[in-house]
Amino acid sequence: MAENNTSDVKYRSKSGRERFTRTMIYIFLTLLCVIWLIPFFYLVFQAFRGESQNMVTYVIPKQWSMNNFRILFNETNFLHWYKNTLIIALFNAVLQTVIVLSVAYALSRMRFKGRKLLMNVMLVLGMFPGFLSMIATYFLLKLVGLTSENSVPGLILVYAASSGMGYYIAKGFFDTIPRSLDEAARIDGASRSRVFFRIIMPMAKPIIIYTIMMAFIAPWGDFMYASLITFGHEEAYNVAVGLYKWLDKEHINNYFTVFCAGGLFVSVPVTVLFMALQRYYVEGVTGGAVKG
Amino acid sequence: MTRLDELDYLGLPPAKQRLYNIKVFFADLPKKCGSALKKIPSAIGHGFAGIGGFFKDIGHTFADGDVKTKLSFFIMGFGQFFRRQIGRGIIFLIMEAVFIVFMAMFGFGYLADMRNLGTVAVEKTLNDYGLEVTVYKDNSLKILLYGVLTIFFVVGFLWTWYLNIKQNYTAQKLIEEGIRPKAFKDDLKSLGDEQYYKTLLAVPLLGITVFTVIPIFFMILVAFTNYDYAHLPPESLFSWVGFENFQTILTTDISGSGKFAYTFREILIWTLIWALVATFSNYFLGMFVAICINRKGIKFKKVFRTILVMTIAVPQFVSLLLVSKMFANEGIVNSILLKLGAITENIGWMTTPTMAKIMVLVINLWVGIPYLMLITTGVLMNIPADLYESAKIDGASGIKQFTKITLPYMLFVTGPYLLTSFTANINNFNVIYLLTAGAPKTMEYDGGAGKTDLLITWLYTLTITNNDYKMAAVIGILVFLVIAVISLVVYNVSPAMKNEEDFQ
Repeated sequence: MAENNTSDVKYRSKSGRERFTRTMIYIFLTLLCVIWLIPFFYLVFQAFRGESQNMVTYVIPKQWSMNNFRILFNETNFLHWYKNTLIIALFNAVLQTVIVLSVAYALSRMRFKGRKLLMNVMLVLGMFPGFLSMIATYFLLKLVGLTSENSVPGLILVYAASSGMGYYIAKGFFDTIPRSLDEAARIDGASRSRVFFRIIMPMAKPIIIYTIMMAFIAPWGDFMYASLITFGHEEAYNVAVGLYKWLDKEHINNYFTVFCAGGLFVSVPVTVLFMALQRYYVEGVTGGAVKG
Repeated sequence: MTRLDELDYLGLPPAKQRLYNIKVFFADLPKKCGSALKKIPSAIGHGFAGIGGFFKDIGHTFADGDVKTKLSFFIMGFGQFFRRQIGRGIIFLIMEAVFIVFMAMFGFGYLADMRNLGTVAVEKTLNDYGLEVTVYKDNSLKILLYGVLTIFFVVGFLWTWYLNIKQNYTAQKLIEEGIRPKAFKDDLKSLGDEQYYKTLLAVPLLGITVFTVIPIFFMILVAFTNYDYAHLPPESLFSWVGFENFQTILTTDISGSGKFAYTFREILIWTLIWALVATFSNYFLGMFVAICINRKGIKFKKVFRTILVMTIAVPQFVSLLLVSKMFANEGIVNSILLKLGAITENIGWMTTPTMAKIMVLVINLWVGIPYLMLITTGVLMNIPADLYESAKIDGASGIKQFTKITLPYMLFVTGPYLLTSFTANINNFNVIYLLTAGAPKTMEYDGGAGKTDLLITWLYTLTITNNDYKMAAVIGILVFLVIAVISLVVYNVSPAMKNEEDFQ
């Protein structure tokens, strides 16, 4: 009897401790989620605030309205910026995917003279800060007239051209597809290009979606390159550069809520797309991190 | 320190064993770093040996080649014509013609101009009506740019020339053995098969050469000129200055206060601290959150995960700019704290140096934890469950399980990621620039730098606002050196950098 009791107490105390740990974890995670969500709620509240356009000392708007969106679409260049970014993102999604997959396949599947050297050179090139090469790229683009008002094709070129160096994740994925598949097809007389399109591509759907997704999303957030290439030509800005200017000292009092409206308008489609394809993103980053 | 032999080592209690291992690791560290650095000369030696072999190879080809091969040294494609490889022959011949014409008309001029980057910038003349007009003559920037392009063109041509003689030699050998060399048609066909990699890599490599290699080469040259706001083409010229810029940035007492060198040193230290703290704080806290979410019996896993992942999805310029405004002096955080009576005057979250540094690190957690949470979740799930089972049977506590199983496994698998993430943080432009843009600015620093500036954001400011291209180039090169040395050492010191072929 006594024995029974002690084991019972032991059991209960253990489950009690477990319950305590779980409660602590729930509290911690909920707190975390609240902190993580605060900026987004703040963004939404400010975007729909009607009474004024400057920063105020309270969070909940006194008057809800769509006025900020009206200003955004009718009185600013925002739609220009949005169109620029969308065009860049679409082109980049196609070009970058083709380039990244080509490089990854060649380096993963084929063995040729200079392959190791090539990979090492790309590794070393990647150690230079990107902005360094950007300065000279700017002069190169200026030479052929692809800056300022023609920034859109210029930026597409810039993003796509160096994307070959970001082949690691896709290569890591290709490396996991057994090579015996290629070899079997090659014995049956299929050429390398046929193997690429008919065997590898259909199996590489997750990584293709991941690459397209990253290539599409990246231009929406790029500030560094876009601000240099579009320098001084407002209609050619992308959303990041355009909206950034509204938060400087001269503009913030008239444009703070308009910035929030613009930010919301940019974030919602990108976030929805991201959330819908989340699975592929997770696969991509975890695979990439583990393989290095 | 004294080394123990194996028996003594095994005789130690486990805790002391671990301590001993750590001691050995750190005692060996200098040696390992040294041996990693010692590899550099031998690598350079290998490089030169390779170049030597290359020229020997060319000499050998010439000596051993027949008349057709020998003539191909001067008339590209000559041999191919007589070996029934007309297609190849024509392409090589056209290339040579284009090269000669280009060099004769422009190339030599461009290269010659590079010696002093121009002599006269502007000339003021009177036009027919007696009015003064400004004529722009030499533009150093264009001279340098065209010069660099010409150099790459020449290198490209030399490489084609080498291919040309190699192919001639191969064809000659094949014919001597009685095999017919490949026709042009077969060449094209093999581009979809054995040589498919050439087709795949052609465009990407062209892109990388034009938009990465050439610009980097150009900027390395700029580091040796005096190209800055006082020497802006087309109004004025810039010229070669040798290592002067490197001296300015590395020594404290060269003509003037030496403020620039001081600024560089301070920013370099902060950049390294930032990268180290940002990488590891994100890593461990992200792992902690992942472990919490993945713990058995915790519900709403998906909800927690989705909410955290949203920060990755929302473009950083929206979220970070907004957060920076929330923490501004008149921002919402201060307002609410004032209303609550928690503070009596605004806290300078982003305006006092130390506070700003802490804030960017904390806000970076907000950016980084979800990302690390995703990565570590994937890895955590791959840890064999029976390891934990047997640990539980042996009575290991949760903490012990973590330090003995989870952590070593994680570090082993994500080791390469840590290095990548460290170098990415050194170049983390977005977080710093969007949050503080380097502020608070200070008079202690030169070149428009602020207390939270990283080298990369300072590089940006130097270029965009100060037009100090020469210093931007120098800093870029130094950033490269820092990253290269760290990577080299880590690759050599870390116990198991995996061989890529192991995965196949």
